[in-house]
Amino acid sequence: MAECHPVGFQWVMEAKQRGATIIHVDPRFTRTSAVADIHVPLRAGSDIAFLGGLIRYVLENDKWFREYVVAYTNAPMILREDFRDTEDLDGLFSGFQEDTRHYDPSTWQYEGADVAAAAGQRDQWSDMESNEKGSSSDSRSEHARRGAATARVSTSGAGGGTFHGRPERDDTLQHPRCVFQVLKRHFSRYTPEKVAEICGVSEAQFLRVAEALTANSGRERTSAFVYAVGWTHHTVGVQYIRTAAILQLLLGNIGRPGGGIMALRGHASIQGSTDIPTLFNILPGYLPMPHAHDHEDLATYISADAGSKGYWGNMDAYAVSLLKAWWGDAATADNDYCFDYLPRLTDKHSNYDTVMKQLAGESEGYFLIGENPAVGTANGKMNRLGLANLKWLVVRDFQLIESATFWKDGPEIETGELAPEEIGTEVFFLPAAAHTEKDGSFTNTQRMLQWHHKAVEPTGDQRSDLWFYFHLGRIIRAKLAGSTARADRPILDLTWDYPTKGEAGDPDAEAVLAEINGFGPDGKPLSSYTELKADGSTRCGCWIYCGCFKDGVNEPARRKPGSEQSWVAPEWGWAWPANRRILYNRASADPEGRPWSERKAYLWWDPEQKKWTGHDVPDFQPDKSPDYRPPEDAEREDAIAGTEPFIMQADGRGWLYVPAGLADGPLPAHYEPHESPVPNQLYGQQQNPARQVYPHRLNRYAPSGDDPGAEVFPYVFTTYRLTEHHTAGGMSRWLPYLSELQPEFFCEVSPQLAAERGLEHLGWATIVNPRAVIEARVLVTERMRPLRVGGRTLHQIGLPYHWGGNGLSTGDSANELLAIALDPNVHIQPTKASVCDIRPGRRPRAPAAAPLVADYQRRAGITAETGTEAVTGGKKK
Amino acid sequence: MGVRTWLEGWPVYRQLTSHDPLGRGAAAKSRQSRNLLARTETADKVVKSVCPYCAVGCGQQVYVRDGEVTQIEGDPDSPVSRGRLCPKGSASKQLVTSSTRQTKVRYRRPYGTEWEDLDLATAMDMIADRVIETRRRTWQETDSNGRALRRTLGFASLGGATLDNEENYLMKKLYTALGAVEIENQARI
Ligand code: SF4
Repeated sequence: MAECHPVGFQWVMEAKQRGATIIHVDPRFTRTSAVADIHVPLRAGSDIAFLGGLIRYVLENDKWFREYVVAYTNAPMILREDFRDTEDLDGLFSGFQEDTRHYDPSTWQYEGADVAAAAGQRDQWSDMESNEKGSSSDSRSEHARRGAATARVSTSGAGGGTFHGRPERDDTLQHPRCVFQVLKRHFSRYTPEKVAEICGVSEAQFLRVAEALTANSGRERTSAFVYAVGWTHHTVGVQYIRTAAILQLLLGNIGRPGGGIMALRGHASIQGSTDIPTLFNILPGYLPMPHAHDHEDLATYISADAGSKGYWGNMDAYAVSLLKAWWGDAATADNDYCFDYLPRLTDKHSNYDTVMKQLAGESEGYFLIGENPAVGTANGKMNRLGLANLKWLVVRDFQLIESATFWKDGPEIETGELAPEEIGTEVFFLPAAAHTEKDGSFTNTQRMLQWHHKAVEPTGDQRSDLWFYFHLGRIIRAKLAGSTARADRPILDLTWDYPTKGEAGDPDAEAVLAEINGFGPDGKPLSSYTELKADGSTRCGCWIYCGCFKDGVNEPARRKPGSEQSWVAPEWGWAWPANRRILYNRASADPEGRPWSERKAYLWWDPEQKKWTGHDVPDFQPDKSPDYRPPEDAEREDAIAGTEPFIMQADGRGWLYVPAGLADGPLPAHYEPHESPVPNQLYGQQQNPARQVYPHRLNRYAPSGDDPGAEVFPYVFTTYRLTEHHTAGGMSRWLPYLSELQPEFFCEVSPQLAAERGLEHLGWATIVNPRAVIEARVLVTERMRPLRVGGRTLHQIGLPYHWGGNGLSTGDSANELLAIALDPNVHIQPTKASVCDIRPGRRPRAPAAAPLVADYQRRAGITAETGTEAVTGGKKK
Repeated sequence: MGVRTWLEGWPVYRQLTSHDPLGRGAAAKSRQSRNLLARTETADKVVKSVCPYCAVGCGQQVYVRDGEVTQIEGDPDSPVSRGRLCPKGSASKQLVTSSTRQTKVRYRRPYGTEWEDLDLATAMDMIADRVIETRRRTWQETDSNGRALRRTLGFASLGGATLDNEENYLMKKLYTALGAVEIENQARI
């Protein structure tokens, strides 16, 4: 955090000054470790084992927060009899279909109820069905049954949704199939000895963390977890976060001040671009993109994905208001509010799927908007060859980044694999305007929108992306005007008349913000998402942002100095939803509505005024009494009791166990990274069985664990950022200050590894794996330490990944080495733990580079199948 | 020049009478440095902004003179950052004033070996044509079972995490209306 979110880290230091214990769990020794109370240098890719060990410690030593867990989590829910855990299946959960590499989650459900997920794979059933089309398995008839039930419910007007029945519960937590007991059994093998062996830390180090964390959690105290892509960039990344969520729920650290799990995100508005997604699988506000098979009309779309209980029960209002914002008067009740204008998904359409299609010649055009995949994403070569195989490419950036010039001076031109005369890609480079040259809002890592004001005019052809997309849309609409083609209706009926300013015709960013916020029937700005209606009378571009333009006031532009307001600082910017600064803050009070302790008071029920009050906007219906119990047939938020803080969930509870919504299991389990020199010491199952693999000539995988050939790539490497550079370098490698501070690509190695491989400090090293060979300057440092893992010494290599061939500071790109293999929930690549060999000296130049990689592949016996196996457990049983 | 001013012109006097007895700070300041003015002093205006790098979202003050950014400082009012900026945030003046920043459209024709000039309006028109043609060529009205798809997989987009919310909104809205679904950004990368 001190390295990559330095200014945020001042608050950690502030807490330390006030007595907080700072624990840094990270393979590397960084500026954070330097000032932490405890640094645990664990093996990259072993965090679930570490966190799982903490969960076991909490459960075995009775350190969990009983009242919180019983009332606010799904610990008492009873699971179906046919659920099988990793304990029973050597690392798999019940429902895994080896042929499709998918889980059928039917057996993961609660006894007596099926629940829709509030997030994640919200259309899991549709995914399952489409992936299993043609199969005659039992699970298919199970889906048919569910589908029929869903359809029946929705057509009978009973509210729809996939929440059927009421889950059975045992509040004593004794039932052998209740979540609490299942959890206990599941994590029982994550003992301190195993943690030490897997993570390469000492038992004493582990216990010190366990004691510090549990001593600082409970009624009087809370602990916070902070993570970044060190947790998400794995083929089992979502489950890393899940493990932390289980731990924090058991300790009562969610929804309370000083608690929580905070994602530190790496780009100014990466949160905003997830909320208002430039992502394939969702629409604004986390509404799913419709799926061709199951979402043929609005009603089936809503009923397949809305829970009828909890706030997702209002998905109809959110979806209709979005359709009204986009298609205005053309969207009517009679035409399903233009629901059929939305394109349908049939498959995964993630960035890497696009790259594969580009390589196969199945993609014609590409827009790169402030992105540099030639350097910044896994397997740079595949990305560049994909770019070279397009008809047209539009790059919008400040500088001539590598992704704009690959055809002229990319690594493949140097090696002679490609020549400009052979590359048919037409490239348009359009210079972009900077943040100082345009109005607009960023959403920071705390979900807070902050407005930046235009300070100066951009130069020459530099334009904002708002300008680019507005005018591109305008020109396309003009060219298609008069078309009677059905395919052109969505674009011609689109609401696209933003007021423009100035000579260049810049669209008014506030007008766009106003549309995102939404308008009521009277045309006035809405003030809250609770005002949204499913009858077409409201328009709203992103329901979770509704209220950010309340009364026509640009709330993100509010800048009341921090020193002039409370510590929560509610009048600086605007946080979604409804300017709440801590989500699920109802959990900061006990079931009766009293603060758990005076020290940690945040939100409480005022019995006299009959409302919730405190330091923040309640994340709860403001006048719902703690005594409220929903009637049997209650729906939407009314189905949530006055004691249930997790209002987005159909059962109002925080999920220790996930009955629906995850692609790789209802509980986290430690799997080794996709490529690892270490065998899984907990289960026969080596890797996440549901991970997505992309076999391709340019994307070969290394053997893992004890498999023959794994010894050819004996070292683990982990990639990361430096304080002085930004991502793929487009915003840093061209700047003299930053380039002077970090002038060159380097690798960090321990003195022991340097001795083992003859590497010299400040000399060169060649790093090679099944996909690429790169070179880096050597930094020999005790910050890297050899670990003892599974009885042997393991070396880790650190690689900052910012570099490429252009700019003031240049070097090879570490991402050349990364494999394309993805987490099945979110399609994220593993950048944090992979394997390689390292040797002294510079890398071979063409024509010797490719043969070197091929030689390594041959020595390791790598074939198209290597590393792609889904199930490995059977072999070892 | 009064006696006091004369005396204060003498570093030893300042060293003895001020809070700088070792003469390593204000006491040692020369007349030349006293007369220097920070760029921030001469700004025509100061505009409130936000750091464009990471998602901490530090407050920035952009100092402008004669229509040019002359300095970018941390905003002390921000409850997020209290006036601080890290090396990247502090370098953002160079980000926006970099001499290698491109100001003109660059065009590379298929199989071309060099960049060419292209007028912005022409570029926009050509890009619109490319989108329309690709979309037409690759349009999928239904799948093989006759289910509606109404989409194109013929072109894709990557980017958004460095942009404004309003920009992401127009991107997703326009792409979706065009039927483009392969829309991605750094959130997965
Ligand atoms: S100044 Fe540094 S810490 Fe603050 S937002 Fe910018 S990059 Fe992040």
